[in-house]
This record gives sequence, structure tokens and C-alpha cells, in this order.
Amino acid sequence: MLEFAVGLFSDYTARTILLGAASLGVVSGVVGSYAVLRKQSLVGDVMSHAALPGIVLAFIVMGVKEQLPIFIGAALSAVLAVFLINLVTSNSRIKTDSAMGMALSVFFGLGLVLLTYAQKIPDANQAGLDKFLFGQAEALVEKDVLVIGVTGLFALLVVGLFWKEFKLLCFDPDFGGTMGFSMKSLDLLVTAVIVSAIVIGLQTVGVVLMSSMLIAPAVAARQWTGSMGSMVILAASIAAVSGVTGVALSAGFENVPTGPAVIVCVSVIAFFSVLFSPNGFFTLRFKEARSRREIKKDYVLKALHDLALEHDDPGYAHSERLLALGSEKGFNVRKSLSQLQAAGYVERVGEEDWRLTPGGIHEIRKLSPLEKSR
Amino acid sequence: MSPHQFDIQLVAIIVAASCAVPGAFLVLRRMSMMTDAISHSILLGIVLAFFLVKDLSSPILIIGAAASGVLAISLIEAVNRSRLVKKDASIGIVFPFLFSVAVILLSKYARNVHIDTHSVLLGEIAFAPFNRLILSGMDLGPKSAYVMGSILLLNLLFISLFYKELKVSTFDESFASSIGFRPRLIHYLLMAVVSFTCVGAFDAVGSILVIALIVIPPCCAYLLTDSLFRMILLSVIFGISAAVSGFWVANWLDVNIAGSMAFVCGVFFLVVFLLAPQRGLFGIMREKRRQRMDFAEASLLVSLYNQERGDAVKDHPDSRGMFRSADFASKVVEFLKQKGEIAVAGGKLFLTEKGRERVRTTVERR
Repeated sequence: MLEFAVGLFSDYTARTILLGAASLGVVSGVVGSYAVLRKQSLVGDVMSHAALPGIVLAFIVMGVKEQLPIFIGAALSAVLAVFLINLVTSNSRIKTDSAMGMALSVFFGLGLVLLTYAQKIPDANQAGLDKFLFGQAEALVEKDVLVIGVTGLFALLVVGLFWKEFKLLCFDPDFGGTMGFSMKSLDLLVTAVIVSAIVIGLQTVGVVLMSSMLIAPAVAARQWTGSMGSMVILAASIAAVSGVTGVALSAGFENVPTGPAVIVCVSVIAFFSVLFSPNGFFTLRFKEARSRREIKKDYVLKALHDLALEHDDPGYAHSERLLALGSEKGFNVRKSLSQLQAAGYVERVGEEDWRLTPGGIHEIRKLSPLEKSR
Repeated sequence: MSPHQFDIQLVAIIVAASCAVPGAFLVLRRMSMMTDAISHSILLGIVLAFFLVKDLSSPILIIGAAASGVLAISLIEAVNRSRLVKKDASIGIVFPFLFSVAVILLSKYARNVHIDTHSVLLGEIAFAPFNRLILSGMDLGPKSAYVMGSILLLNLLFISLFYKELKVSTFDESFASSIGFRPRLIHYLLMAVVSFTCVGAFDAVGSILVIALIVIPPCCAYLLTDSLFRMILLSVIFGISAAVSGFWVANWLDVNIAGSMAFVCGVFFLVVFLLAPQRGLFGIMREKRRQRMDFAEASLLVSLYNQERGDAVKDHPDSRGMFRSADFASKVVEFLKQKGEIAVAGGKLFLTEKGRERVRTTVERR
């Protein structure tokens, strides 16, 4: 495996491909952050599927598999899909989700129709066309990577130039509007940037899975940071690493298509982040369990103290059963008592009785200062 | 029509009908994109079940696939419930992952079997007539017609058994739970039904175009009726017509059948969206224009009426200045003249008795 990896990095063709995958990662990580923050993740899904008829049409019209016409065709049909979604949702009672489902499936269906039509055109060139479905990074040549790089730089430049405007658009578009920014044009600009990222990924990841390349890195990055800047940088790095790893895996094992390999890598990172980041699923559960334990302990301590005060003796012992009686159903008083005992706040008297130690009395007065006055 | 063509259309009709029935509820519940998630995720179930039983015609495949559809939905909801990821992004990270795993398994370990990455996307309804159900030597027709037919029956049974539960929980979930209908249970049952439908339709039209058959016919119907029952009925009709005409278009151009069906669905929707009597784009535009004209006429008449009675601003002697353009103003004047509600004398506008009458009724009505 190591030998293979070294071979991959020293080989010129392989370097070209990996460079392409990495730049794709950087761009889709950055751009995807906006899609996710604006709750437009599925628009990316629709746009990437909707690019298919544009790709095939560009091929049919131009007759060759040239990068630039295919990029333009893909971008145009993706934008057309978004335009139609807006047209339908703003002029009828059809909701966004249905409009998106319709646009996605109709455009993709048209793409397949055109694809099967194009495959009948007698031309050796068309063989590579269905690589756009699941992507094949091996087919990348230097010129492709150059186009990817230029398009990507354009997208990154736009994001850099409109950094604070885009931030406004994501978090408070109404406020942005009152400050005099045209939110509508910014919205268009973000869409254009997303489209360019999708177009870049067509060859490597393919139309079917490109949306995930936008969504997953941003979701992963969002789990680790609350700052826009670090989120964008983190998402770009996650996507770049996944892109390179996925391409390497796909090249290293036989019959593994590139797109799915990249998506599995990036998804694994996303799921790991959701589960284990500092605010992640398990971390939160762990924190919750800890604070529930603390609350129960405090409750038992206070109950013991209240009962003891009835006898005008803070150190008066009470039975465990009496404590359990006043507690909620299913609440294990014994467990809290032994935790308190370990902390030195209570001590056992006889078989079943417990009383507060001086340390425990001090602790309960610290917990609720009002107790002092009683 | 050759027997093959007949068989293909038969399967297509059954597929379209069984997709349209649960589709109506998905559209109303704003869960159309869940179809996307289900139809992609079932592939993993199919592939895993295939590795387990090594038999493509086994019913275990269908059950495995439907289970993975429901699993995907639960996973999406779990991710969403953790509140760490928004709803749309939860959908967007779960199903591509499951789908990618399935595609990798498929291309790596199942290369020469019947299912491949191409049929996943393109569907293979063209091969439906070749896989026949033969019982004790008797040819009973294409097998997929029976599989899909059972799924259609299942869908119809589900809808008719739980019609009112589905209806209430679709339109008012909190009311449904307050009268003891358990909307969560209904939700998961519906998801299971959609999964089964996707599995069945998957063979015929592939994983992405099944969305077209589930979402588009109900959307067409939604623009034409306000009754749930009629919406389901219309969806089925739209679905079947799109499937049949899609087949003939594909036949004519010699292209992929499933893609052509999806495209024809889109054309159907476009026509309904433009031409639907009340909710079509043209209808809405006509109504808007009518209202604008009506309002402009009334404004002009009222303004003239006020001038007659002497409590109008003196600067606008003929009230034309109140409109956004001179063109529009002369259009309004022209219309009113035709109706005989105003008259022009010496470049000035005057109300006729008819016009005065209209003002009185308009003002009184408001």
C-alpha cells in the first residue's frame, strides 16, 4: 500500500489527477459551506443532477468531448432547473420540495434520453460520456485540471471578494437588505458559485453524487467550529483530503468508481464529526448523563438535609427507603448515595440509614445559601 | 403493437399507478425529497440481500430493500433530531453515503450479475417481457407485472384501510394525535409503503426516475383539485398516461424508456402549470390583470365622482395623472368609454349616470 502510494505521488499522470481532486475538494468545501448554511443543500443535489442534459447536449451539438462547452452546457441547464423551481414555487401552490423533486427527475430523465440518443451517434468519442454519471478521475488530463483550476479560482475569488456580503446573506438577509445590499443579486452570485463548483466535480465525482461533495464537508466542518472563517477552511481541507483519498482508493483497487469512493470518504468524516465532535451526539449524551447524575446527587443531599432539619439536627440519620419515597419513579437513590459517600458528604449508619457528614452539611449550605437562615 | 410492447406498457401502467397513490400523500406532506433518499438507499438493501441469498428473484431482496429504505428515513430523522444538522443537510449526507457504498459493492463484487450500475440509473423495463412467470408449463405473462401488481394491491389496501388516519395526520398532525391516531406510526407505515413501491419500481425505471413517477403526477393533480380523493384518482390517471406516452416517445426516438417517461411527466406538469383553470400560470395572470383593471376603473370613477361633488384635489382635473403611465391611463379611459360609464368632452372626463351608479354600488359595497 505504501509503495503504491509513493508510486502514485511520483507518477506525473497520477500527480495531475490528484491535483485535480484536491482542487475540486477545496472549491466544493468552501462553496458547500454556503449551501449548507443557507439550508439549500438539496438545491445542490438538484443542480448536479440537472447538469446531465446540458452535458450531453453540449456533446451532441459540438460533436466532441471538449471541457469548456460541456462546462457551459452543464452550468446552463443547472441554472435553468433552479429558475424553473423558483418560477413554479412562486406562481403556484406547489411547495419547494416537490418542485425540486420534479426538476431533478425531469432533467435527469431528459439527460438519460439524450445520453441514449447520443450513444447511437457513430463516434468513438462518446464512449466517455457516461463517465459523467459516477465520475472517473483517471480520465483527467492536464488540460482538464487547468480548466478545473481556473474555474475554481474564479469561485474562490468571488467568495473572497464578497466574504462579508455572503456572510450577511447566510445569517441575516433582512438586515443585509436594510444595509443596502441587494440580497437578490447576492443570491444569484452564490448560485453561480455553487454551479461552478458542481461543474468542476462532474468529471471526478459525477452528477449523481456531486451534491454530497458539497454538503458533507460543510456538515463535518460545522460540527467543530462556530466561526465562518474556520468552517470554510476546515470544510475545504476535509473535502480535499477526501478527494485525494477517494481518487487514490479508486485507482488502487480494481473496479471501484471514483465518485462513490470519494463520497464514502467524505461521508465517513461527516458522520464521525456528527457523533464525536466536542458538541457531537455522543459528547452531548455524555454531558447530559453527567449533569443528570449531579442533579440527582444534589437532590438526595438536599432531601437528607430537609429531613434532618425536621429533627433540628443536621446530622440526623434517615433510612434509604424514606429518601426513595420522596423521589421520582425509577430514580436509583442508592447509586446517588454511594456517589455522595465516595465524595465524603454522607455516611452510613447501621444497615439502611444515612446521615450527612459535616462536609455534606457544608456542601448543602454552599449549594443553597438560603438554608443558612433556617 | 407487438406482444413485447404490450407487456412493457402493462408493467409501466402498474408501476405508474402504484407510484402515484402514495405519491399524493408525500406531496401533501412536503416530503417529496424523501423519495430521493428512499429510492437511493434501497440499492444498499438490494445488494446486501443479494450477497446473502445469491438469487436475484428472491423475495428477500424486496424485503431487504424496503427495510433499508425505512432505515435510511430513521437515520435521517435521527441525524436531524440531534439538532446538529439541518433537515435538508441530513437528507443530503445520509443517502449519498448509502448509495455510494452500494455502488462500490456492486461494481466490485457483482460485476457480471443482472444488476449493474447502469440498470440502477436507467431501469430496465425494456427487459421486463423476457422474465416470465411460468407455472406448470403455462406462460402467465411478465413476472414483474405480478410483483408490481402485488405492490399496487398493497398500496391500495393501505390507503383504503388508513384513509382517514392518513388524511387527518397529513393536514393536521396535532389534531390527529389529540384524537388518538398516532401520526408517527402512520408516518412510518407510509414510509414503508413508499419503500416497497420504490423497490418494485426500481427494477423498471431505476433509482432516480422513480422520483418522477412518485412526485410529478400528484403535483399535476394538486393544481387541479382540492379534494384528496380526486387528487389521488387524477394522479393515477396522469401517471398512467405519462407512462404510456413516455413509452411511445421512447419507442419512436429509440431512447431510454424510463428517461422518456420522466420527461413526459415533466411536459404534463408544464402543461397543467400553464393551463390549469384556476391555478395555472395563465389563469392567475389573467385574473391578476382583470383585478388590476377593475381596481383602476373603480379608482378613476370614484375620483371623478369626488370631483363632481367638489371634494377632490384641484390639481388633477381629469384624474389621468393617478396612473403609472399615460398608456395605461388611456387604456382605462378607453375601457370605461366603451362601457358607457364615462364621457369625454373638451379633453375632460365626465361621469355618465351609469358610471355614477357603479360608483355608488362600489362604495356602498365596501
